[in-house]
Amino acid sequence: MDEKKIALRKFVLENYLFTEDEGALKDDDSFLDNGILDSMGVLELISFLEEELSTSVEGDEVTPDNLDSINKVLAFIETRSH
Amino acid sequence: MCGFAGIFDRAVHGGISPPAELLRDMGHNIRHRGPDDEGIYSEQGFGCVHRRLSIIDLATGQQPMLSQDANLVLVFNGEIFNFVELREQLVTQGYQFTTQSDTEVILHLYQRDGLDFVSHLNGQFAIALWDKRIQQLLLIRDRVGICPLFYTIDQGQLVFGSEVKALKPALSNGLSLSAEALDQIFTFWAPVSPHTIFKNVFEVPPGHMMVVDRSTIKSIQYWEWSYDEDFSQASEEQSIGELHDLLVDATKIRLRSDVPVGVYLSGGLDSSSIVALIHKYGNVPLRTFSLNFDQGNFDEANFQQALVKKLGTEHSNIMVGADDIARAFEDTIYHTEAPILRTAPVPMGLLSGLVKDNNFKVVLTGEGADEVFGGYDIFKEAKVRRFWSRNPNSQWRPLLLKRLYPYLNLPSGNHNVYLKSFFGQALDSPDSVCFSHIPRWTTTAKAKTFFSDDLNSHLRNKAMDVLMESLPSKISSYDAFNRAQYIESKTLMSGYLLNSQGDRMLMKNSVEGRFPFLDHRLIEFASKLHPKTKMKGMNEKYVLKKVMSRYVPDEIIQRSKQPYRAPDVNTGLNTLAGEEFQYYLSDSMLGQSGFFSSGKVAMLQKKAEKGKPLSTSESQALTGILSTQIVYESFVKN
Repeated sequence: MDEKKIALRKFVLENYLFTEDEGALKDDDSFLDNGILDSMGVLELISFLEEELSTSVEGDEVTPDNLDSINKVLAFIETRSH
Repeated sequence: MCGFAGIFDRAVHGGISPPAELLRDMGHNIRHRGPDDEGIYSEQGFGCVHRRLSIIDLATGQQPMLSQDANLVLVFNGEIFNFVELREQLVTQGYQFTTQSDTEVILHLYQRDGLDFVSHLNGQFAIALWDKRIQQLLLIRDRVGICPLFYTIDQGQLVFGSEVKALKPALSNGLSLSAEALDQIFTFWAPVSPHTIFKNVFEVPPGHMMVVDRSTIKSIQYWEWSYDEDFSQASEEQSIGELHDLLVDATKIRLRSDVPVGVYLSGGLDSSSIVALIHKYGNVPLRTFSLNFDQGNFDEANFQQALVKKLGTEHSNIMVGADDIARAFEDTIYHTEAPILRTAPVPMGLLSGLVKDNNFKVVLTGEGADEVFGGYDIFKEAKVRRFWSRNPNSQWRPLLLKRLYPYLNLPSGNHNVYLKSFFGQALDSPDSVCFSHIPRWTTTAKAKTFFSDDLNSHLRNKAMDVLMESLPSKISSYDAFNRAQYIESKTLMSGYLLNSQGDRMLMKNSVEGRFPFLDHRLIEFASKLHPKTKMKGMNEKYVLKKVMSRYVPDEIIQRSKQPYRAPDVNTGLNTLAGEEFQYYLSDSMLGQSGFFSSGKVAMLQKKAEKGKPLSTSESQALTGILSTQIVYESFVKN
């Protein structure tokens, strides 16, 4: 999971915040409330999960409960792996 | 249109006579505005240069034009469309004319009415009028800002010109960029008037005149785009009749020209209306020009062809792709003289090139109808958001937005959450002055992520504060729909659409644009209409559609509104993310200008190069950064 977390954080930092500064994003920061992701960003995140972390996302799973922070995405990945 | 520039040395003892060579250099920088002729005038304290694009009175309309007693000196860019009627009136009153031009009408009107003369003009104009007797310079700009006019004060001299590049030879310390104006452009797409991207260089605001003498500079507003609280009581039928007659006349007087006139045809209601009216009432050969995109989702060729076939116009078109946009980008920015966040001006410059290649100097366009009659999606969007704000927890109200923007790339699943994250902003304050525009400005402002720490540290007045301060207090009393129209016309229309995407893209190829929908009589008429006459339910430009239904095919009247959009940053070679722009985005160039964080820009560039589509904000950021760098290179560094 640590590897996935590192990859996910790197993806979000570089693709949406355009920084390598780890301090720019906390694991519980809301992507929507902080304006980190827009609708295109969510599509990109889903592609990343599917292509890089081998986690498929169904239509009804595209919700803030699953995809709105680093911790929420990691929890979602965890449920999909069971 | 033409171009002019000049210097008023305000020194108490009369100042110097501006050297002819300097004036010639200033005019040379805007020779694209007037390739047909050059005229220079200089005396102690005042000098000006005029570059002429000959359209009316080809034989005797040269400028600068002097009054018969040589006390008045006039340079003028634009057209006075009612000059025929004004001339007749002046002749009846005993004024003698030596030319057939509209320029001479301005001189006599000023002699007759003083500063009030401008209220008689129906047209698009920038005027510099030197009154030698009282040592006073007037700088005047048309009501809505079709013709540009800039000025600065440099060591006691007032330096003015149609474009900022005309000012440059006369400036003792060159040009520098304003951090605050950049902040405004990266929010509203244009600086808040009278600011420009250049520090201490200002525009004469639309509808204003500057009265300059040796001790004072006064700015006088002679016209304002305003709305009545009491709406017209006319019946729908009466309104349709009145609008019809106004629109026919506004179009007919804009056909006055001693050279052939063409028309831009986009395939939408507005340009189709102008084409159809000229066909019916114009008594001139119909010559149409269109823009097509090789990306199908931007293209409107079917609708263009429908009208071309129906009216039998002689038609030319130009096909534009992302590669063409990339190739023309640098030259475009040289002419906009301002950063742009979307590539849309570039194809407009290519279209005016097509007009020039066909030996036309004048085109009519449908620009302005969306502002005057409330046609843009942003007006519908605000209406839906206001409706939603009355029940913010409604599940179905925000879904109306998805119907409004079918091309929105929403993820499957719970749309509402994502719609709310974008359109739900300011939902708790639907009566706030800028409610309609908050989502757009928030998206645009995301591009500021790339501002450098140094730039951020220089920002004293935030863009929103500057805008709010510029709005008239009576705006709060406007109906919400009219408020949105006002903000649109004050921010995007005059600063961007008529400027970066309008005048500059036309004049770079020495082509004059004319805009019947921006006839001030039409604007004043539409401002009195009840908002429901402009947008009935969700049917935009309702009253205009009613007028035009007898001239324009149903398929165009009934088509859903398609905003003009051009392909943005694309992937692959020859695009804004391509190799030819690496220079501007290099560490060293970003460091020299100092506006953007080179680390962040490098990551954005990497993302673009990977070939994945960029979001709207990212695409705007890349276009904005690149164009800012080009402005810096073209006007500050060199």
